[in-house]
Amino acid sequence: MATLTATAEKTSPPGIRANPTARKLAALALVAAVLVPLAAARWSSGTWPGALTVDVSGPLGRTSDWIIDNRDSHPLFLHFLGHVSNAVVISVRAVYLALLAVGWAGVTGVCALVAWRVAGVRLALGTAGAFLACGLLGMWVPTMQTLALMVVAVAVSVLVGMVLGLAAGLSGRMDRILRPVLDTMQVLPAFAYLLPVVLVFGIGVPAAVLATVVYAAPPMARLTALGLRGADKEVLEAVESLGTTARQRLLTARLPLARRELLLGLNQTIMMALSMAVIASVIGAGGLGDRVYQALASVDVGAALAAGVPIVLLAVVLDRVTGAAGARLGQEPAPHARALWAAALAAAAAVAVAGRLTDRLEWPDGWVVGIAEPVNRAVGWMTDHLYSGVPVVGGTADWAGRFTTWVLDPLRDGLQWLPWWSVLLVVAGLAWVIGTWRTALTATSAMAAIGVLGVWKPSLDTLSQVLAAVAVTLLVGFATGVAAARSDRVERLLRPVLDVFQTMPQFVYLIPVVALFGVGRAPAVAAAVVYALPAVVRITTQGLRQVDPAALEAARSLGATSGQQLRQVQLPLARPALLLAVNQGVVLVLAVVIIGGLVGGGALGYDVVFGLAQGDLATGLVAGAAIVCLGLMLDRVTQPTERRARKGA
Amino acid sequence: MRIRTIPAVAAGSALALLALTGCGAADMTRQASPFANAQGARTVTLSVQSWVGAQANVAVARYLLEHELGYRVDTVQVDEVPAWDALSQGRVDAILEDWGHPEQERRYVEEKKTIAPGGDLGVTGHIGWYVPTYFAEQHPDVTDWKNLNKYADRFRTPESGGKGQLMDGSPSYVTNDKALVKNLKLDYRVVFAGSEAAQITQIKQFAKEKKPFLTYWYTPQWLFEQVPMTEVKLPPYEEGCDADPAEVACAYPVTPLQKYLNADFAENGGEAAELLRNFRWTTEDQNEVSLMIADRKLSPGEAAKKWVDSHPSVWKKWLP
Repeated sequence: MATLTATAEKTSPPGIRANPTARKLAALALVAAVLVPLAAARWSSGTWPGALTVDVSGPLGRTSDWIIDNRDSHPLFLHFLGHVSNAVVISVRAVYLALLAVGWAGVTGVCALVAWRVAGVRLALGTAGAFLACGLLGMWVPTMQTLALMVVAVAVSVLVGMVLGLAAGLSGRMDRILRPVLDTMQVLPAFAYLLPVVLVFGIGVPAAVLATVVYAAPPMARLTALGLRGADKEVLEAVESLGTTARQRLLTARLPLARRELLLGLNQTIMMALSMAVIASVIGAGGLGDRVYQALASVDVGAALAAGVPIVLLAVVLDRVTGAAGARLGQEPAPHARALWAAALAAAAAVAVAGRLTDRLEWPDGWVVGIAEPVNRAVGWMTDHLYSGVPVVGGTADWAGRFTTWVLDPLRDGLQWLPWWSVLLVVAGLAWVIGTWRTALTATSAMAAIGVLGVWKPSLDTLSQVLAAVAVTLLVGFATGVAAARSDRVERLLRPVLDVFQTMPQFVYLIPVVALFGVGRAPAVAAAVVYALPAVVRITTQGLRQVDPAALEAARSLGATSGQQLRQVQLPLARPALLLAVNQGVVLVLAVVIIGGLVGGGALGYDVVFGLAQGDLATGLVAGAAIVCLGLMLDRVTQPTERRARKGA
Repeated sequence: MRIRTIPAVAAGSALALLALTGCGAADMTRQASPFANAQGARTVTLSVQSWVGAQANVAVARYLLEHELGYRVDTVQVDEVPAWDALSQGRVDAILEDWGHPEQERRYVEEKKTIAPGGDLGVTGHIGWYVPTYFAEQHPDVTDWKNLNKYADRFRTPESGGKGQLMDGSPSYVTNDKALVKNLKLDYRVVFAGSEAAQITQIKQFAKEKKPFLTYWYTPQWLFEQVPMTEVKLPPYEEGCDADPAEVACAYPVTPLQKYLNADFAENGGEAAELLRNFRWTTEDQNEVSLMIADRKLSPGEAAKKWVDSHPSVWKKWLP
């Protein structure tokens, strides 16, 4: 998530902003004073008026039927989508067969040697260790299936992302069209993508790969465009003065200058694709994700973990290797780079051939370590001893109950009780204060669209869960972040934990959470908090640490205590980072609250799950659209304008 | 120049795509999984539904296919309705336990003929409302729906608000509960656990504390061995009383569970198709395997092996 880290910059002190804020609010109040009485008189004033909803279930149902009936005969499917689907199947199969043909020793060897050449010896050892661990966990074949799927999905994402990024990087008009689209895609929960893809392509690998591409391509496109636009003007002029053509300039100057961003884009794309790998198991992706999903169905946390660990290992290894490759870019190449590459390739080939000759292609059955049982015992112990009847503090079930009755219920009922126009007004106000009139308009229309779709109440239910979870996340996250920023030891201890939690597939959290908190909205909120916490902690820590040391020194010389330093210097100066933490927290929380539909979170998440499970497009797609709107609204309401302005630079 | 590159790239990639796939029509409704038949192995892909009974069927079928007939078996977990779709497309070769989907049967078996019936599984399924037996023994009248309102406050939870909680499971399961609660005028609220895993976890937690609860549940199910439950009598089922989903006011029917095969696979699947067609066992057999998987945490493969080793007389008949 390296884009997130480059944002802690100093801004002007908040005093200058006070005026425009007041002006914006006054303008909004004026508009509201005119429109609200009109709207309230025309329609009712409580929940979203029925007259303003559009029932789309009829047309959606017919669309779904039409697709199912024509999927094997209509030219659109036969001559276009069919080929897309075929291409995906053929390429995934090719990669999968290649991986199997190379054998476990070969795959481990090749990957380790590539890691050695691009990222150094330590990461090479790490890579080899990670692959061997996948085998030891008895997950070799599913790991290869996931890897095959990932290779294809990442390749397509990078290709699509590059093409879009080139378009946006070279043409101002394309940039203006694409930017908001890509921005929006970035904040959407993965779950919302699944249903439309499944409808067209059916359950299976093609649908999974395409959903992954839709999810993972945007960061590549954004960063490509960013890299192309950010290239040094003087260098470009120099190249132009040499009389080069546009194509030559692109290939010899602009793209090479942007390679750091390109690599960062690759890194982000891989991470997004991996996180989608598990979610896509709901639509038949197979591989590791499917193992996690199957294990969770029989409440087997241990087995789910055994399949989840390889995903985490793959993610960490790929993240580190691409990251290290990026960091090495500026350096001079080593003296014998070519010879070393050749040696590496030869060694890899030798390992693969050796594996082939000794007929050791499949991971030996005997070399499997079962971790499921001890894990399950630990989880069992936790639920036995923590669920209820703990003296003094009460069990986790009691907490969940209290959280539901005292926080979630009042919040939900309060939101649903608010007149619909006041919700719109609050959204508009928040978005405008923090952004521009454009973002305010987007946020308000997104919220209004939810009403029009006729899912006002469930959306507010989801919103209440998001708000509660965000509040808890920020409370815990800021506290931990401050602690980590002030003590190197705490940060060192936290880092590996954060790494693991951030790459862990969201699904794995769900069952222990149910065991601890029962079924309902409380466990959904708990899972969301656990998932969003690492990002918030990390951004907070970085923001606080990047505060100008001179400012701190000055405060210290004036005799400020460390508490005063924190409150009056560090926190205000780290404000952009904290705002970013809020934004990220909201986006991540929403993603998991939706998945919380699987553990009784109800509301929109349940509707999506229902739509997927029953093939009910009307319910699922409307809920998916509402989630999209909700995500858009939440992002705009928490996204400071500085960020967008700088991204465009 | 700048303007011409984009269409060129687009055209290039389109051409590449065509070259890759070969020209002409491509019917994606007949497309196998990319992981099938790797390295010349004969592969069968089975759909596993999320409940453990279905896993037990698949585990035993898989064990026999692999060890007796030398196939390689892939399993995919898909929800019930999408599984029908996947089955008709040939991405899955067989569904071993279906609880009745009349609309899909009409569409795929009768109209499109892409799915062929595979016969009875031998197990009879029944859905109903259940209370834990420890509670039913103390309050015997709770087992009649007419008395449910009397107990509504005993079944209250934070999620159900002021009403009693009727816990439902995965959204993929067949359920009329919302309509039933409304039409029978019960003071209850249906709370969806969202997945069977979540529902089981919650039931176990309730049972550990001997708390009363009312849940949507079904037989055969291994959980009965651990948490004995008693069915609540709903107004009796009559043919057609569940025709209109909004007006249902009667119990769920008793369903003989069915197997379905992809039509191509049924014809050309050879020994594998033959075995799956002959696959027929009893509720007790299924429960034995389910219990080993879900409760004793054996892997499905080990559980299947244990069952296969101890019941040769049952499965020998299935072999082609």
